[in-house]
Order: sequence, then structure tokens, then C-alpha cells
Amino acid sequence: MPTLTPFEAIGAALAEEMRRDPTVLVFGEGVATKRHDLVDEFGPARVRNTPLAEGIIAGTAAGAAATGLRPVIDLLFAPFLCYAMDELVNSAGKLRFISGGQFAFPLVTLAMTGGGWGVGAQHNHNNEAWFVHSPGLKVLMPSSAADFKGLLKSAIRDDNPVLFFIDLALLHQPGEVPDGEHVVPLGKAKVLRPGSDVTLLSYGKTVHACLAAAEQLAAAGIVAEVIDLRSLKPLDEAAFLTSVHKTGRLLVVHEAARIAGVGAEIAAQVAERAFASLRAPIVRLGGPDAPAAASHPLEQAFAPDAAAIVAAARSLCR
Amino acid sequence: MKPKSQIVDETTLLEQMLLVRAYEEAIVAGSVAGKVPGTCTSVGQEAAGVGVVSALAGDDLILTNHRSAAHLLARGADPGRLLAEVMGRRDGYCKGKSGSLHISVRELGVMLTSTIVGGELSLATGVALSQKMLGRPGIVACFFGDGAACEGVFHESLNLASVWQLPILYICENNQWQAFVHRRETMKGEHISERAAPYGIDGATVDGNDVLAVRSAALAAAEGVRSSGRPFLLETWTYRSRGHFEPDDQAYVDPAEHAAWLARDPIARSRQRLVDSGRLPPEEAAALERRVRERIVAALAFADASPFPALDEMTTDVYA
Ligand SMILES: Cc1ncc(C[n+]2csc(CCOP(=O)(O)OP(=O)(O)O)c2C)c(N)n1
Repeated sequence: MPTLTPFEAIGAALAEEMRRDPTVLVFGEGVATKRHDLVDEFGPARVRNTPLAEGIIAGTAAGAAATGLRPVIDLLFAPFLCYAMDELVNSAGKLRFISGGQFAFPLVTLAMTGGGWGVGAQHNHNNEAWFVHSPGLKVLMPSSAADFKGLLKSAIRDDNPVLFFIDLALLHQPGEVPDGEHVVPLGKAKVLRPGSDVTLLSYGKTVHACLAAAEQLAAAGIVAEVIDLRSLKPLDEAAFLTSVHKTGRLLVVHEAARIAGVGAEIAAQVAERAFASLRAPIVRLGGPDAPAAASHPLEQAFAPDAAAIVAAARSLCR
Repeated sequence: MKPKSQIVDETTLLEQMLLVRAYEEAIVAGSVAGKVPGTCTSVGQEAAGVGVVSALAGDDLILTNHRSAAHLLARGADPGRLLAEVMGRRDGYCKGKSGSLHISVRELGVMLTSTIVGGELSLATGVALSQKMLGRPGIVACFFGDGAACEGVFHESLNLASVWQLPILYICENNQWQAFVHRRETMKGEHISERAAPYGIDGATVDGNDVLAVRSAALAAAEGVRSSGRPFLLETWTYRSRGHFEPDDQAYVDPAEHAAWLARDPIARSRQRLVDSGRLPPEEAAALERRVRERIVAALAFADASPFPALDEMTTDVYA
């Protein structure tokens, strides 16, 4: 299997989908500069640099999506999504419903987030839950190079607006990507490691912390099941309910703030629908209700690490 | 394709303006009676909407906003289905899910209507990009208010349309009002059309209360966009003679300014011109008004008979 970084996997997905479908195009701040290989292959009309104006980038994508194109836009860092909220949330997310189904918005928005570059809270804000809470949008956050490629290909083919969050600590970490056509369906979680004692549920970079924790827990005789959600909306409810029925213990882990985060929704669903299977209270590990600091130790401490996951899992299984 | 509009005469334009007026007066009466939700009317601005739409070709696309009755009716929307939409009924163009504020009618090319002030400005560039990249003939006509021209996205839209050479006819309906605030209080400069030049776009202001003047300015502007593939900013200078949203006591309105604009009512002016020139005998004008009123009576009956949507429509059309 070839090895690619997620940055390369994204490029490969874009190139393959642009080859397959002439209506796919990509634009954003510096996109044509950064992905000049795409410009070479597909020309400047389909790979465009834009002004520094996230609102009009997203609005242009929504308008184009509703009328026959399939845009992918790169909004760089997730906090910049604030400038594009109206276009993504009020237009792309709602105008299908408001119009009684007259329009669809096949568009993908790329945004990077997470600790790793020491750039501080205006470049690092895991705000993915905002979009889960917005009707009409789908939300993805992959953890492996293979999923970066396979999920992006599905997102481009999907007829809905998709937010594709890129954990920037993963962006240049190489991983194996299957040869040839590799498409991963939206809304399907993946069991990365089967287990029977406790479910570790995560997405993005903290999936790797869960895998490391599971390794350590195994040494202590605790068999953890690790599930990568991959898709935050649609949410693969069956995947985590099935797992909790089996393990009776749930630990949800993400870098985003705990308060009203994706983990809160999952905890609520498990409490409502699998309460009888629970052998211990649900635990959420996530960031604090604070902006992310630039200072390296503070930035790194924001996200739960393997040690914290091990400690929480051990106390759950006591 | 030759714009169907080339053959329109002023009597037809008058009839459309009368239809818009009668439609909105029916909504006002209905809302007073508690039968119809309040709306943002375009009373006093009919010429601005009707004149521009008459200048568009059948394959041109329209983006509009909350104050859309003139654009929709002039484009040929059925007043019964529009009223059904306003009243939240199943036969509305959007199945009753929009209400009055964001009615789209895709079959007529009225696309992606947004009531977010400036929303249509952010979407028009994308629609025009599709037209251009997919090689479709129609241009994009984007209606917005002077208030929307104070949103940042107005500038983003003009800049991008100019840089990417997008075929957009921007039409700012400067009706002097930004909801309950006169534009003089919150906006620098008189004319939105002056904001075109910094972006390398041509602009013009036209008397928005003279339907023929609007039509000819819009024909020229649309032709320019069509042949050059570049945007144009047309400002229609007009006045919102009713309130922002019904009901509205308009206690904040300067009576002298209001009276001056009422004296320039676009419908009265057009009717007068047609009658005075002998093109429309007074009894024919009266018959025209009667016909329009009858259409609205029938439309109201249709809308009133339309059922509310089933409750499960609450969650349909969310995802494609
Ligand atoms: C972003 C946003 N801000 C405020 C409003 C409330 N609002 C609706 S219409 C309107 C006035 C808009 O003025 P203008 O753009 O001049 O258009 P007009 O209503 O005069 O046609 C306001 C403030 C809104 N719908 N959207």
C-alpha cells in the first residue's frame, strides 16, 4: 500500500474527483498556489485563488453548488469559519428546506484546527460541534490518511454541504492509503481495536491517544474497544450503542471543549438508549472552556492525552 | 435568445404594477384581519421591480430578498401560490416552509432567495460562476437594498465579480429605508451606484418610480452584462411608502418626505401617462384594475383553500 500524508491524500482525492467529474472545482485563499499540480492538470478556471474574504468564498460556493457545480473550498483555519457562518449555516444549510426542496448544495468546506502549530486561539479552535448543531450540514473529522482520502471523495460526491475538519497535527503524518479507488462512506464509524471492558470513542487526533491508551490498558488487563467516529453528522449511533451494550463502559474523548461538545450528545444518547447496559457512569474527556493557548505546554495540555485516557479508563473499570 | 421583454408595452407594465399593488394590499388587509401574516411590502417601489424584470431574458436568473413581490409577480409567479406560501400552506411555492421572507421559484429562475440582509449578494457570485463555467446563456440579476449595501459582503461580492468577470446585474433598490432607520442616519453618501467605480464596475442611478426609465436603464445594463460578461451596478432610486413589515405605524417617517414621494407614485404616474397620451382610454384602465382585483380575489380563495402542510414536513427537505 502506498504511504501518503493527509495533505497528499487530500490532494489525491481532489485530483481523482476532478478527473471523474468536470463540475468539481476548488478555490480558496492560496489554493492555486499551494496545489499547483492541480492547476497544471485542471487549469486555472477549476483551481482558483480567492480574495481574503471567507464570506464571499463560502457564499460563492453555495450559489455555485445550487446551480450545477460541486465546489470544494479551503477556508484555512477553523476560526475563520466565523466569517463564513451566514453562507454556510443560513444559506447552504437552510435554503434547501426553506425552498421546499428546490435546491441542493453539494459543497465541501475544508478547515484546519487543533494544537500543533502554536498559533493560538484564533487559528486553533475545534468548533466542529457548532456545525453539528446546524441543520442541513454534514460534519467529518478523519484521523487517518486513508480516511482523509476516502471520506473526502465521498464528501465531494455527496449532495449536501459537508464541513471537513482537518486536525493539523495529523496533516503531515504519513499513513497507508489503499491503492486505486478508495471511498469511505459518510456516517460510518470504524472499530479500530475490538474490546470488551470499556469503549474509547473519539475522532481526529485523539483517536491516536485512545489507541496508545488501549495498548497500555491491555498491559494492565483491561481490554478497551477503540472506535473512530470519523463522521460527526450523520452520527453512527448504532456503532457506539452496540459497543456500549458489549462493554458497559463509555469514555468519549475529543480535543474540543467538553461543554456542549460532540461528546455531550453521545453521552446523552447512550444515557437515553443504553442506560441498562451501563455498568459505570459515562465519562467525557475534552478541552476546557477556554481559548487554546499558543504556549506549547498549554496548547498540548488542552487535548486529552493517553495518560489521561488510561487513568479515566482504569477508574471506570475499577 | 432574444429577451421576450423587447416587445413589452407600458400597459403591460402597468398591469404588472397593479397586480403587485393589489397583491400586497390584499396581504395588508388580510393581516389586519388576522388571516395573513405580515410581510415586507414593496408598495411605492413597483416600478423599480417590474421595470428591471421586464428587461430580463427568459433564461436570466434572479436572486432577491424579503421584499420580493414585484420581482416574483413580474416574472410570472402565480399570485395564488405566492399567497399560499405567505400563509404557510401546502400549495405555496416552497410548500409553506418559507413564508413571505425567502420565496424561491426555481421554475421561473428565481433562485436562492435569502432574507439575511446581503445574503443574496454572497450567493449571486456562485450562481454567476456556474453560468459562466457551464456555458449557460443567462445573466444573473441580484436585487438588494441600500441597507444590504452597508454589509461587508456587498463589497466582497462586487470585488469578486469584477476580478472573476462574472455576469451579474446588481440592482440596488434604494428605497431610502433600512428597516426603521432612514439611510441618511447610517449611510455615508447618497448613491450606491457610486460604489461601483472603485471595483472597476460601471454603475448608474435611475428614477425608480418611472417604469419606462427603469426598463430602459435595465435593458441597457443587462445588454452590457450579457455582451461583456462583466458585472454592472444599477441603482433604482425609489421610496418604500409603507412600513418595513406589516403592521407598522410609520411614526418615525418624516411626513413631508413621505408626501413628496407619494406625489411621485409609480403606478399613478404610469397610468396618467398612458391615459394622457391616449394609449389607454380611462375605461380600459378601469377594466384593467378590475381584472387585477379579480385575479387577487381568486388567488386569495385558492390560498385560503390550500391545507397546511402535514406535520411531518417539519423534517423533510433538510438533507438531499
Ligand atoms: C443580517 C440581517 N440583519 C438584519 C436583518 C433584519 N432586517 C430585515 S430587512 C432589514 C432592512 C434591510 O434594508 P435594505 O437592505 O435597505 O432593504 P429594504 O428592506 O429596504 O428593501 C433588516 C434590518 C436581517 N434580516 N438580516
